[in-house]
Amino acid sequence: MALQSLDIKRRSATTSPTPSVREPSVGAVAKLIDVSKCIGCKACQTACMEWNDLRDEIGTNVGVYDNPADLTEHSWTVMRFAEYENPQGDLEWLIRKDGCMHCEDPGCLKACPSPGAIVQYANGIVDFHEENCIGCGYCVTGCPFNVPRLSKKDHKAYKCTLCSDRVAVGQEPACVKTCPTGAIEFGTKEEMKEHAQARIADLKSRGYANAGLYDPAGVGGTHVMYVLHHADQPTLYSGLPKDPQISPTVSLWKGVAKPLSMAAMALAALVGFFHYMRVGPAETSEEDEHRAEKEVSHE
Amino acid sequence: MSETTRPRTLPRYSASERSNHWVVAITFILLALSGLAFYHPAFFFLSDLLGGGYWARVLHPYIGVVFFVCFAVLALRLARHNAWEAKDAQWLKHFPDVLANREEHLPEVGRYNALQKALFYVLVLSAVGLLLSGIGLWRAWFSLPVGVVRAAALVHAACAFVAITSIIVHIYAAIWVKGSVRAMTRGDVTWGWAWRHHRAWFRQMVKGANE
Repeated sequence: MALQSLDIKRRSATTSPTPSVREPSVGAVAKLIDVSKCIGCKACQTACMEWNDLRDEIGTNVGVYDNPADLTEHSWTVMRFAEYENPQGDLEWLIRKDGCMHCEDPGCLKACPSPGAIVQYANGIVDFHEENCIGCGYCVTGCPFNVPRLSKKDHKAYKCTLCSDRVAVGQEPACVKTCPTGAIEFGTKEEMKEHAQARIADLKSRGYANAGLYDPAGVGGTHVMYVLHHADQPTLYSGLPKDPQISPTVSLWKGVAKPLSMAAMALAALVGFFHYMRVGPAETSEEDEHRAEKEVSHE
Repeated sequence: MSETTRPRTLPRYSASERSNHWVVAITFILLALSGLAFYHPAFFFLSDLLGGGYWARVLHPYIGVVFFVCFAVLALRLARHNAWEAKDAQWLKHFPDVLANREEHLPEVGRYNALQKALFYVLVLSAVGLLLSGIGLWRAWFSLPVGVVRAAALVHAACAFVAITSIIVHIYAAIWVKGSVRAMTRGDVTWGWAWRHHRAWFRQMVKGANE
């Protein structure tokens, strides 16, 4: 299933080691979305539909530019348009390309109960293998960014693959290839971070004192990063979480609770077994039957 | 009395109660096995019992509804025998004697002993917890806010753990105390069994029979 050039480094519901001999010498990859360069043309949405053979239902205009209004199993990326009035009283149109962030510590993968339905490649891309998906929706529960969507047709979960098929053969994702302003770039994570620093320096020189990189540490960093003019207030960008992390509830449920409760259940069975072996059965003797008879006949 | 005479028996569960119990038991086993499959990778193979992960995910909640309805009927039937009494606390204080098979040291027991009553309440509470949290996880029919679903997942796992551990104790007790299983397979127990393990219930039953 996995292409040789894309080793799997993490696999859902799997406790045995994944192949770890080959290590990509260039390290992990990343997509950098420079929000300050985005003009909201939605060419990325179109390219995504074309490359991935996705056609969403034609919806209705809800009075804003967001179209479709939300991510769906057919729309793996969506431009979100936010109108922000800054302290100077000027309107800023903050447009964010939403989609899977490809977390280094993916909550979806942690929550997934089906072996191999969610994988993380050595290059950092988090991918759903729908043929192994059982449709439980635990990935939705695990995701700190509200990204995976369950299909109403096959009940399997879908999201952006970061065009893992294209990346595997040395190409950039479809959205990157098509972006007319160069707002979306793709390369190694290190390269993208360096590139972002130059962009941030430029934004700062133009008055955006809080410009910065969005690469949240709470999920181990992400393989989709944003350059934001207001990196101190990511929630301005249609609710981009300020400090995303896997919910403590999910961490408890899929973390320490699993081995402890399994051990406790096994212990209950073992205690029973050894109790029987040491004490023996609680039997009713002939004598008990006689005593019972005697007690009744005495009455 | 000759040695070949079969011991006299007392009725303990009617055919209808037995059927009810076994529907609950079978659905519980199916739910526990498929639930463990979703809970821990080591048990994912158990989902094959219901036709693979996909089918296990589809069927588990429907089996859960059948379980809950039948369990509720069974619990309502047995509730009046499970009222907690002062002597139950007394019995629990002698728990080491229970484990050591020294029943002669124990206070007389009615139809159910303190541990059986405790099991009853624990299972009632965990079944309600499983039903309510299960609704949050049943994406085919319900769509709740993600915070609720996360809490539901944890509550569902916690209640399932309590229920499965309790049922391990319940099954062990049935294996350990010889002559108990026939109460649920044939419906009756011998006089001697009742006299030894549930003397107050035995006296109440034979008194009624003689009058």
